[in-house]
Amino acid sequence: MRPEFSLFPEQASTIASKVDALYFFALGISAFFSLLIALVIFAFFIKFRRRRAGEVGAKTHESMALEIVWSVIPLIICMVLFVWGAIVFIDMRTMPDDATEYYATAKQWMWKFQHPEGQREINSLHIPVGEPIMLTMTSEDVIHSFFVPAFRVKQDVVPGRYTTVWFEADKVGTYHLFCTEYCGSHHAQMRGSVTVMEPDDYQAWLAGGGPVAAPQELGEALFTQHICNTCHFEDGTGRGPSLVGIFGSEVRGTDGSVRVVDDNYLRESILRPSAHVNEGYSQIMPTYQGQLSEVSLLQLIAYIKSISDSPSEESPAPAAVAANGE
Amino acid sequence: MSNTSPWNDLIGTPDQKHEEGIVVSDSHAEATHQPGLAHHFESYEQQKESSFLGMWLFLVQEVMFFGGIFCCYVIYRSLYGEAFAAASRELNVFIGALNTTVLLFSSFTMVVAVNAAKQGNRKWIVYGLLLTILFGGIFLGVKYFEYSAKWEHNLVPGPNFEWHGDDVGRPVEIFYCLYFGMTGMHALHMVVGIGIMLWMLRPAWRGKWTPENHNFVEGFGLYWHFVDIVWIFLFPFLYLIGLAT
Amino acid sequence: MSTQEFAFTPYPDLPKSHYLNVAYGLKSWLFTTDHKRIGILYLLSITFFFALGGLYATAIRLELLTPAGDMVQPDTYNRLFTMHGILMVFFFLVPSIPAVLGNFLLPLMIGAKDVAFPRLNLASWYMYMFGAGFTMYALFMGGVDTGWTFYTPFSSTYSNSYVAAVAVGIFINGFSSIFTGINFMVTIHRMRAPGMTWSRLPLFVWSHYATSLIMVLGTPVLAITIVLLAMERVFKLGFFDPALGGDPVLFQHLFWFYSHPAVYIMILPSMGVISEIIAAFSRKPIFGYKFVAFASMGIAILGFLVWGHHLFVSSQSLYAGLIFSILSMLVAVPSAVKVFNWTATLYKGSIEYSTPMFYALGFIGLFTIGGLTGLMLATIGIDVHVHDTYFVVAHFHYIMVGGALMGYLGGLHYWWPKITGRMYPGFWSHLSALIIFLGFNLTFFPQFVLGYLGMPRRYHSYPEEFQILHILSTAGASILAVGYIIPLVYFIWSLKYGEVAGDNPWDAVGLEWQTTSPPSLHNFDEIPVVDFEPYDYVEHEPVERPYRYSRSEA
Repeated sequence: MRPEFSLFPEQASTIASKVDALYFFALGISAFFSLLIALVIFAFFIKFRRRRAGEVGAKTHESMALEIVWSVIPLIICMVLFVWGAIVFIDMRTMPDDATEYYATAKQWMWKFQHPEGQREINSLHIPVGEPIMLTMTSEDVIHSFFVPAFRVKQDVVPGRYTTVWFEADKVGTYHLFCTEYCGSHHAQMRGSVTVMEPDDYQAWLAGGGPVAAPQELGEALFTQHICNTCHFEDGTGRGPSLVGIFGSEVRGTDGSVRVVDDNYLRESILRPSAHVNEGYSQIMPTYQGQLSEVSLLQLIAYIKSISDSPSEESPAPAAVAANGE
Repeated sequence: MSNTSPWNDLIGTPDQKHEEGIVVSDSHAEATHQPGLAHHFESYEQQKESSFLGMWLFLVQEVMFFGGIFCCYVIYRSLYGEAFAAASRELNVFIGALNTTVLLFSSFTMVVAVNAAKQGNRKWIVYGLLLTILFGGIFLGVKYFEYSAKWEHNLVPGPNFEWHGDDVGRPVEIFYCLYFGMTGMHALHMVVGIGIMLWMLRPAWRGKWTPENHNFVEGFGLYWHFVDIVWIFLFPFLYLIGLAT
Repeated sequence: MSTQEFAFTPYPDLPKSHYLNVAYGLKSWLFTTDHKRIGILYLLSITFFFALGGLYATAIRLELLTPAGDMVQPDTYNRLFTMHGILMVFFFLVPSIPAVLGNFLLPLMIGAKDVAFPRLNLASWYMYMFGAGFTMYALFMGGVDTGWTFYTPFSSTYSNSYVAAVAVGIFINGFSSIFTGINFMVTIHRMRAPGMTWSRLPLFVWSHYATSLIMVLGTPVLAITIVLLAMERVFKLGFFDPALGGDPVLFQHLFWFYSHPAVYIMILPSMGVISEIIAAFSRKPIFGYKFVAFASMGIAILGFLVWGHHLFVSSQSLYAGLIFSILSMLVAVPSAVKVFNWTATLYKGSIEYSTPMFYALGFIGLFTIGGLTGLMLATIGIDVHVHDTYFVVAHFHYIMVGGALMGYLGGLHYWWPKITGRMYPGFWSHLSALIIFLGFNLTFFPQFVLGYLGMPRRYHSYPEEFQILHILSTAGASILAVGYIIPLVYFIWSLKYGEVAGDNPWDAVGLEWQTTSPPSLHNFDEIPVVDFEPYDYVEHEPVERPYRYSRSEA
């Protein structure tokens, strides 16, 4: 991977061209005003240079109209930039419903990825072209940041919580992956690559690593291993609430507050069960803080999600492959 | 406080100042014969207004300083209300209330000292300061015993932290971080205040502060009341939040 | 061009008694309460730290010549850019114009004998030196590797460097800022000469008022944030520790609540300097004086509402991101108003080609680029891509070096004859201004391109395709270094050999030019009564100047 020198980064995702269009607009405005001011200053500098000693400037009166004009014009330009920027940003942040979820765990100084089918990679990520990919990320130590310049996406990876980012690569190739939040000694080495492949190649690549267990399968094993299943019965008769179908639902706590069950909620409930106890249950669950690695946590959550999905969506990857197969 | 608020000047102009009868002298420097008037001021009035405006600005920055840590408190409490309430119940409300009373009394004795300075009663400046030092000392003494009790109960955050109450998780430790951070900052301000008062005793006894010129005493009074007010916020935030729930 | 009209009749000598010769010896400096001497103390100290910070920058640029990261170890490199940032921001840029030029000129400009609290003023310099002492201690022990932003939990838990010492240093140094801010505000409120109304204040004073407001309101928040960080590190009080349920991003909010307004601490005084210079060398009042003055206040106030634009990708909520984006846009308006008013001031002026004017015009150009790229960063859709890349590095160097530093150097050239009573050589000062302008652009313009390509900041090694742009940048930096050394040499040279400047070498209006150069101990023989409007160049009777400094040298 040694791209030639260029002045502009490659576009390899659906969002890239939108960001670039906005960038060129802003760049055009900046260049126009920089040049305008530079030219005007230069012209004045020559035209109004002092020609004889003791000369003074002409008396000019301040003009309210002028002040308003050059306050309002920048304001309008700023608002255009804001609105356009907001549209692009909301686009970046709105997950498509059909995005395939991948997992990323960052630590000093490497990226660990896990595919929905179970394959694991370090510092490289292989993804199929033309498919929206969602990354759920967390950090084991300090703050990192996931950045793929060719995709124009960036998201900090923060310890103690999950952050997500999505992208849909639209061009096959290998692209830089950078950590952009300074994270210590080998921050500059926390680089990797994202390889975008044709769906067939991707399937071949997936198959190449031999059989592996999917995260939700590993999570199911953890669920038994940590005896979660002794309280959280599937039919809801246990000492803890049933977890079937819980992901994405709203739960009411003993204090009456209602919260939506998402990744961060599940994480909190596992690490600090007392934070939000479901109505009708009492706080008897011990904390799992320090007993589960970040990777295991993600697998457990993947399992809980999998028993919440409707059966048709349970294994999205093969279905997607079938649709894309040529 | 002087009759003219320092903020008046936000709308006033030096022209007014000029008309108000401030002498614009052409003398400067050591030529002044007015005791306690610094060479760069034109009048006691200007000196007084400057020193109060300066003190108020200093207090504004103190508000921002404590504001930072209060901000942390507000955010974490809104996130972990129950843990904070549970942790707060471990604190001794009686001792907290006692300390509040002590501190309010110290503010009163501070007012005594400032008032004495206004009247030129140097004896009572000293008495007022001594009483304030005494009450401030009692407060810090009580605080010391509170801290050591926390130490014995392993409630000091860090590797030795242990929590035996309701299982509300690790945020209890954050509460104690904030407890020590906030009360520690407050205590530090008290220590500095007491140190300044100890230094003030000598000039007070020697009659440095006169009814015309006692800006230092009055400015320090503002500082002491501010420290008191911080505690008025800390007491409910730290000691009383557990009572409600 | 008729420079011959003025006969060469230099002043015979400096005034008999001035602030520099009323007392001699180290003691007379270390215990001085004279605002002018304290300004000089600051001048010497910040010049030292500027040179030190510059050495770090040199090392950084040399390392980045090659993509491999082969000159120094990664840990060393991390310490280099951290110390560069800390020294330049906290020990050079923040105190630069306020503590040197502001201290020296503010009382002179408003017709006061001194600042309101001269001893507090001296204390602020000692606070600065103590803070610097702690930082130097950390530096000699091996430095700090957290970046000047000290993001948790790296700084509080993971870093193996002298974070606590530097934290204490910055905390103490913060008081130097706070004391200066309080002093200036009270001085401007209470110490103005008769007739010096708010609407007659020089814009330099207005901008320092706005700056002081930020110093008083913002610095304590940094102080408490740094204290919390130090307590977390030393006593394991986990204020931001995610393991306890703490929020590491909260640190970023608190940090930027100060550190974004701090950018305005750096740029606002510079804008004040530029207003003075442009008026003086166009021989016209500043166009739209009131708007320029209020723009300073507007920037100071709005500046407190935009910190979240540093956290667009930090996992801050979508709505917070949008709100901070629109608020950041608003700051652009008063900044644009200033630029337009300065430009309009030149119109139908009588522009003199002098070194301070070159710096001022350079400032406008570079600040415009810095400001417009700031607008791009405030555009949230673009920021996601360029956040924490060299685009940001280039942007803030355009503001801080192209803006703040150009203003500082311009001001130093403008008031140097007032401060020292002597003039520097015209040719060399013109040359160095040109070299700095060219070197600066060559250093930092390629970084915009690098940033959009995706080069992350704080990288010790980088992919090979970025090398060409890095080489350009390093080449520019070496030119820039030459540009900075020349003024250092001729300023020192001028102390002994420079022509005696006279009281008002630029024939400028403003109270500071009505006293001797250098000023006497108490600034004015008589407290002046102000009965003229600011920048009254048009009505003003030109004094016959003894010597033209700006063009006759050539």
